[in-house]
Amino acid sequence: MDLKSSEQATRTPLRSTAANGLKIVIVGGFGVGKTTMVRSVSEIRPLSTEETMTRAGVGIDDPEGVQNKTTTTVAFDFGRISLNDEMVLYLFGAPGQQRFWFLWDRLFSGTLGAVVLVDTRRVEDSWYAIDRLEHHKTPFIVALNDFGGPVHGLENVREALSLSDGIPLIHCDARRRDSSKTVLITLVNHLYALSDTQESTP
Amino acid sequence: MTSRPVDREGPDRLYVVTGGRSRADESTIDIVSLIVSECDPTPGMQSEHVKILRMCRTPTAVVEISSELDLPVGVVKILLCDLLDTGRITARHPSSTPAWAQLPDREILKQVLVGLEKL
Ligand SMILES: Nc1nc2c(ncn2[C@@H]2O[C@H](COP(=O)(O)OP(=O)(O)OP(=O)(O)O)[C@@H](O)[C@H]2O)c(=O)[nH]1
Ligand SMILES: [Mg+2]
Repeated sequence: MDLKSSEQATRTPLRSTAANGLKIVIVGGFGVGKTTMVRSVSEIRPLSTEETMTRAGVGIDDPEGVQNKTTTTVAFDFGRISLNDEMVLYLFGAPGQQRFWFLWDRLFSGTLGAVVLVDTRRVEDSWYAIDRLEHHKTPFIVALNDFGGPVHGLENVREALSLSDGIPLIHCDARRRDSSKTVLITLVNHLYALSDTQESTP
Repeated sequence: MTSRPVDREGPDRLYVVTGGRSRADESTIDIVSLIVSECDPTPGMQSEHVKILRMCRTPTAVVEISSELDLPVGVVKILLCDLLDTGRITARHPSSTPAWAQLPDREILKQVLVGLEKL
């Protein structure tokens, strides 16, 4: 089936008054439910695209200074929610692997915040993403996607992730719209609380 | 990690001067900037430009254009610069966070919450 043309046929346009695009990024390891979460709240079927970056590097043992170029490509998907006549929130599902972070600033500077999606069976998969978000000073919350199996106490997971107390940690089921909605609201409430402390500490 | 590739990127990357005019700066275009056509395609126009002008009869985010044209975001931004230069499109850039601000505007956050509650 020609996906592209069928997508075109069903493309849902934004309102003509749409003027302000906002971003929230959902980060997590492979198969953790990023696309599922985007789909459950998006008003469009998730779309995907990619970004590439060519970097010129000079080899250390290379007196001639010959440049070797490396091209980094990352694919990501996204959906959107029209919040009102002007504001449109874009949700990005982004893989947490290393090469992706080279493109973080270019793609996601100005992002409202991030959701780290964690599969409780593979908690350590999220260490790197959490480290990078802290490095980029992107505010985030952590959501544990429920894949069945033993229920992990939030306190154990908090400890395993070395999460500070100030960072919200919640259970979710990315397949359910209301659950994904709660995740987003938790993030925005967290951002609001942070801006509160920022304002009161000059 | 020892390599710091981003730092090595020269400031002249992709810098192009077209006929002495200062060119629209691709770095000012965000992936969620909303693009709006200001005219119809004309005969002889590059096919990607034609597609963009058709798509953007209603505001369309840069990432949606990228997905639809099946081109990387960076390539789409260059195409958009051409169209911006000639006034064929306009861009509605996100009003959010300037790079130096740590957190988004509280008024924006309130509106985001109201919008999400309606989901
Ligand atoms: N049980 C359960 N399954 C889920 C949940 N969320 C997603 N899944 C399933 O897990 C699988 C992977 O979900 P995706 O949304 O494709 O995960 P992803 O993070 O986008 O995966 P990649 O893009 O390949 O890294 C799918 O079969 C989903 O149906 C959940 O909350 N509970
Ligand atoms: Mg996916």
